[in-house]
Amino acid sequence: MVRSVTSFGRSGLSDWLVQRVSAVIILAWFMCIGGTLMGGVDYTQWKTIFDGTSMRVFTLLAILSLAAHAWIGMWAVGTDYLTERLMGPRGNVLRLAYQIGCSLVIFVYVIWGIQILWG
Amino acid sequence: MLQVSIYRYNPETDAEPYMQDVQVDTGGKDLMVLDVLEMIKSQDTTVGYRRSCREGVCGSDGINMNGVNGLACITPLSETVKNNKLVLRPLPGLPVVRDLVVDMSMFYAQYEKVQPYLQNDTPAPAIERLQSPEDREKLDGLYECILCACCSAACPSFWWNPDRFIGPSGLLQAYRFLADTRDTATDERLAQLDDPFSVFRCHGIQNCVNVCPKGLNPTRAIGHIRNMLLSRAT
Repeated sequence: MVRSVTSFGRSGLSDWLVQRVSAVIILAWFMCIGGTLMGGVDYTQWKTIFDGTSMRVFTLLAILSLAAHAWIGMWAVGTDYLTERLMGPRGNVLRLAYQIGCSLVIFVYVIWGIQILWG
Repeated sequence: MLQVSIYRYNPETDAEPYMQDVQVDTGGKDLMVLDVLEMIKSQDTTVGYRRSCREGVCGSDGINMNGVNGLACITPLSETVKNNKLVLRPLPGLPVVRDLVVDMSMFYAQYEKVQPYLQNDTPAPAIERLQSPEDREKLDGLYECILCACCSAACPSFWWNPDRFIGPSGLLQAYRFLADTRDTATDERLAQLDDPFSVFRCHGIQNCVNVCPKGLNPTRAIGHIRNMLLSRAT
């Protein structure tokens, strides 16, 4: 079995399942927001919607799903193109730097999202 | 006259690969691409390519014809030639040994990983292990693979990770034994496949299905493997 310590769940099946489930959650969130916007909404109504705990929890779920989804996708891109096989030893250095960069950006987005929701 | 552009590379004499233009008189006949290669070889004996059965059974002459992988011996010119031009290249993603001949070691290493033989730990019967016609039918569309590598060499995931992604051909063979009711190593086989690369590097783009000269569907087999892994783990 091929081992990988930087993949999301350390297992191909787990990553695959998380990516599919998170995609459904993200789609449901965007459909919910899209439906709300299409119905016409002003700032007061928008604020009321996001003052509700259920919408906040749903949005947090969508943010966490996006973070997991993004990590699995970006990890797959990095392990396709930034590899020792394609670039020599510097491929490993670049990939690790790329993974650290991706995880930092995702981390910032999650914290920022939480701050917006409950700030 | 058919305009043929053929990939040439001899590592002993050429610094880098180049395309050689050749004109071939097909006499207006709808020949197979292998016939055209034979005609070129009769003019220039240094052209290298593999061939054997010339009827789509041995899988030796897998090459890239006008951008699409296939078997030269069963691909008629009418199917591949556009604007009277035929571009012949080796299978992409595999190291070139010479001209159209590629090194298939990585492809075979992945095939070996799936242990493509029946494993059964129960005592052998006197004559043979029987299988119902219904169970035998489950192997249709799987056992016919001739290991020509057209599918794996058309798969970007295999290009980038030929050492870790099994590839469509190997996975078709993996499922051929997972689906075989006479095989008792299902759990061990699945355990070997549950990592981020072996199976899950398949993103379902179906290039393999597009190019398979035998009309097989590795993507569907990979889907079955995923479902088996899911059933086993949840």
